[in-house]
Amino acid sequence: MGVEGIGARALRKEDKRFITGKGKYTDDKVLPRMTYAAFVRSPHAHAKITNIDASAALEMPGVEAVLTGHELVADGIGNLICGWMVHSKDGSPMNMGAWRALESEIVRHTGQAVAVVIADTQELARDAADAVNVDYEELPAIVSASAALLDGAPQLHPEAPNNLIFDWEIGDEASTDAAFASASHVTRMEIENNRLVPNPMEPRAAVADYDVAEEHYTLYTTSQNPHVARLVLSAFYNVAPEHKLRVIAPDVGGGFGSKIFIYPEEIVALWASKRVGRPVKWVSDRTEAFLTDAHGRDHKTVAELALDANNKITGFRVKTVANLGAYMSLFSSSVPTYLYATLLSGQYDIPAIHANVKAVYTNTTPVDAYRGAGRPEATFVVERIIETAAREVGMSPVDFRRQNFVRSFPHQTPVIMCYDAGDHDATLDAALKAIDYDGFPARKSEAASRGKLRGMGLSCYIEACGIAPSAAVGSLGAGVGLWESAEVRVNPVGTIEVLTGSHSHGQGHETTFAQLVSERFGVGTETVAIVHGDTDKVQFGMGTYGSRSGAVGMSAIVKALDKVEAKAKRIAAHLMEASEGDIQIEGGVLKVAGTDKKLSFSEIALAAYTAHNLPEGMEPGLKEGAFYDPTNFTFPSGTYACEVEVDPDTGKTEIVNFVAADDFGKIINPMIVEGQVHGGLTQGIGQALLENAAYDENGQLLSASYMDYAMPRADDVPSYQLLTTETLCPGNPLGMKGCGEAGAIGSPPAVINAITDAINNNDLAMPATAERVWRASRGALPQAAE
Amino acid sequence: MYETNYHRASSVEEAGKLFTGSEDAKYLGGGQTLIPTMKQRLAAPVDLVDLGGIDDLKGIAEDSGALRIGAGTTHYDVATSDVVKRLIPGLAHLAACIGDPAVRHMGTMGGSIANNDPAADYPSALVALGATVTTSTRELSAEEFFTGMFETALEEDEIVIAVSFPVPEKSAYSKYPNPASRYAMAGVFVAKTKDGSVRVAATGAGQDGVFRIAAMEQALAETWSADAVAGISVDAGDLLSDIHGTAEYRANLVTVMAKRAVAAAG
Ligand SMILES: Cc1cc2nc3c(=O)[nH]c(=O)nc-3n(C[C@H](O)[C@H](O)[C@H](O)COP(=O)(O)OP(=O)(O)OC[C@H]3O[C@@H](n4cnc5c(N)ncnc54)[C@H](O)[C@@H]3O)c2cc1C
Repeated sequence: MGVEGIGARALRKEDKRFITGKGKYTDDKVLPRMTYAAFVRSPHAHAKITNIDASAALEMPGVEAVLTGHELVADGIGNLICGWMVHSKDGSPMNMGAWRALESEIVRHTGQAVAVVIADTQELARDAADAVNVDYEELPAIVSASAALLDGAPQLHPEAPNNLIFDWEIGDEASTDAAFASASHVTRMEIENNRLVPNPMEPRAAVADYDVAEEHYTLYTTSQNPHVARLVLSAFYNVAPEHKLRVIAPDVGGGFGSKIFIYPEEIVALWASKRVGRPVKWVSDRTEAFLTDAHGRDHKTVAELALDANNKITGFRVKTVANLGAYMSLFSSSVPTYLYATLLSGQYDIPAIHANVKAVYTNTTPVDAYRGAGRPEATFVVERIIETAAREVGMSPVDFRRQNFVRSFPHQTPVIMCYDAGDHDATLDAALKAIDYDGFPARKSEAASRGKLRGMGLSCYIEACGIAPSAAVGSLGAGVGLWESAEVRVNPVGTIEVLTGSHSHGQGHETTFAQLVSERFGVGTETVAIVHGDTDKVQFGMGTYGSRSGAVGMSAIVKALDKVEAKAKRIAAHLMEASEGDIQIEGGVLKVAGTDKKLSFSEIALAAYTAHNLPEGMEPGLKEGAFYDPTNFTFPSGTYACEVEVDPDTGKTEIVNFVAADDFGKIINPMIVEGQVHGGLTQGIGQALLENAAYDENGQLLSASYMDYAMPRADDVPSYQLLTTETLCPGNPLGMKGCGEAGAIGSPPAVINAITDAINNNDLAMPATAERVWRASRGALPQAAE
Repeated sequence: MYETNYHRASSVEEAGKLFTGSEDAKYLGGGQTLIPTMKQRLAAPVDLVDLGGIDDLKGIAEDSGALRIGAGTTHYDVATSDVVKRLIPGLAHLAACIGDPAVRHMGTMGGSIANNDPAADYPSALVALGATVTTSTRELSAEEFFTGMFETALEEDEIVIAVSFPVPEKSAYSKYPNPASRYAMAGVFVAKTKDGSVRVAATGAGQDGVFRIAAMEQALAETWSADAVAGISVDAGDLLSDIHGTAEYRANLVTVMAKRAVAAAG
């Protein structure tokens, strides 16, 4: 505490309550007369509902109601929406099937809600849900996206013939084809990006409270963006007009994207609380989380890279099939398009790129943004094929990358993005040095003497954060603007409240944002409170995802601070009879330069509120708001270097060293940034080695619990070496780029490149389970160092 | 979880009475399998009879060439017991490989063997060491006790009291954990008795739970060395196959774990 400004490793202010178990989560909310909701869910991936018989459940004492889609539709509750319109290459809008919060005709994925029971206790609600009898007529199911496109495949939605949602393209096909026609080498790969389950520590939850007299709703919920939730619930689901709906996202235990979306359960809880006239609580159990939280990734790609005779990249062609699951979740359409294919240029100067993405319905859980959202998929394709091409042409992967790096900025890629700043050599140099790249051959032969296969893999990623300039995303189909808001309220005693539209669910905003204020006014962070997550307290804001809270959210705070500072200086100048330009702020004091005249920040605040002696015409008070709309994406980039040892007997991979060299622009709190990178790397390593949402051919999720879904644990990952280099982002006042997703974006290809190097076989899918590695490595005996 | 009635028994007799007096009861050991199963609403006993307060089920003792471990002994106590570490270090190591610290502090040997999960660790030790299981009504050899996947010879109301392990000349356990659950994907326990005979038992891999590997036992009886088992593989046709590993891969793991166990036993 005390003055802790930009660059300080300030301890997290929020940790006292989290570490002592005093966080206040949605499930901690208990209201008088509260009821509990339990959902009746489909055991089938695809089936016609022929009858729902709730009579036995309704007879159980303490059961308030059993509600189905029939009542929902009759009450005018709207279908779930997708907030980003994508058009196919022929100009037609995406084909979207109807998604009801409670389905009463055809279920399309295992776990889909068909009815809800509202009862006095949670146990009773669950017992009664078991007693609801639903008759199904099973239909053939389809889980693989490429198979879903084939003739004769089971059809999910009449609106989407052949299960095709859109057939989209980006880039210039003709110039890309021309590059391939004259290429001296073409590298071709089939690349799969495995489906993941987000698994935030806190499962989703909602407590809905309808006030009959005021016709007003309050919703406590696990949301990354409570204002957007309120907007969507009002404008599309017809629950209540915005001024009659308060959404509160209290402490939220992780989101990773999965808590951006407004799900059926939250809608039903609100609607049901009015139907039963009592508050309704729903808390997801872990199985429901596996079955209904939006999943991530699930791409199948064919990628081709064209090189000229000097091993310069001349063209890149990508065809991807993206599995969006049974319904289009809120931002699902943007993930495999504008958040994916726009990053296919990577860190490289590639003159011609063409990508085609087919998005497909299947009988699986809906897929949407998950930490990185599109950018991990892009980075995996780019960094796997770059590494492979280097191996094929016999060039060192380092030299091959350097020869193709973008070196002058701004750099316009052929796929929309214009990179504003960066220094790819700097992060590559830093990573190579830290991992002792030159010493690798010796370590490899030492490992071979112990019967182990050692490998080195690189990944030079670039990603796009700070999502995003509103007019730009609007022109690409987004249904919302992606600015952020802030209000800085200086209290009469000089303490400060910052109201932000960003939402913290693990990111440490209460600390980092306070550091900005501390830096600006020289006041202690303990005198600053960050207020977020309540639509009644905070002005409209867009929330937290896409690593935007720094680059966009803090930029809005900076703008508001500028206004507060200007007004404080005017008051100080007036009171000390000096000129405004001579006022300096230092250590919580406003001074007149070159004199010993000074007033403390709190004296100025008090003067602003007593208003006894303000400059002519000035309004009382010291409170300013600002909206910040970014001018471009920001482009964090870096090099990850991974060194592995494979046990050829079992195929088990051990990551023996992992270096992350990141350029995040300006860093406010290095400790918090390191925490974000640790988490991101661990999720990326989880994807590379362990995690997989596996379905059987009937659409049953086989990995629907931690017995079968392998989350990374502390002993699965090494002690990371983290480094940062800095090129400032020219697009925002602090020069920040964002750090929340980079680890998850950049790490999977580094791991797979390392294992394929170790086993001398490039054909390896994620997750690189021990069996897959064992199979791929058989025949590849320990080699002596090159 | 469904509603249930909790009873705490102070003797084996009382536990038996509480059990037979109920229309649908379950014994509760450390609760590390039963409670999660109940939480998932996959089990719904009307009465739970907690064995945790019964003194007869506690304790680890050396007893004329054998090591007797009460059924209520936690995995943590087995892993850290000086007597176990001195007499059968392989068994202490096995217990240390079970689950995580919370599970080891709660879970018991009796609960583990009564459950007979095909991926549980203890069954391999009981079979390889030729242990005897003492129950509330009888004594059974380990091989009589384990009858198949999640199946044992126990009667409904029968209680495991203790397990007696003859002290071997040497023994060791090697486990390849499932990456998600950390139960065994393949775990092999090797033991050489004081009279020179060898037993090898594998868990985690077999469709019917723990099984002995005669070819490895023969080979090791002739030459006690990792190389002796390196070329011996079990028939993949009898092994489990799931999203974590095919039967063929598990067969490989059984051989590799057997080699490592022999090497560890020294
Ligand atoms: C996260 C986690 C990880 C785990 N990892 C492993 C692992 O790696 N390896 C492994 O082997 N196990 C593992 N387990 C299981 C653990 O070892 C359990 O402790 C064990 O399987 C059951 O023992 P318990 O004492 O908890 O029995 P309980 O769960 O209480 O009971 C299990 C069954 O045995 C019966 N029972 C209990 N005691 C007796 C008795 N004395 N006589 C007759 N019947 C009895 C009960 O009625 C019940 O049917 C894990 C468990 C968890 C939760």
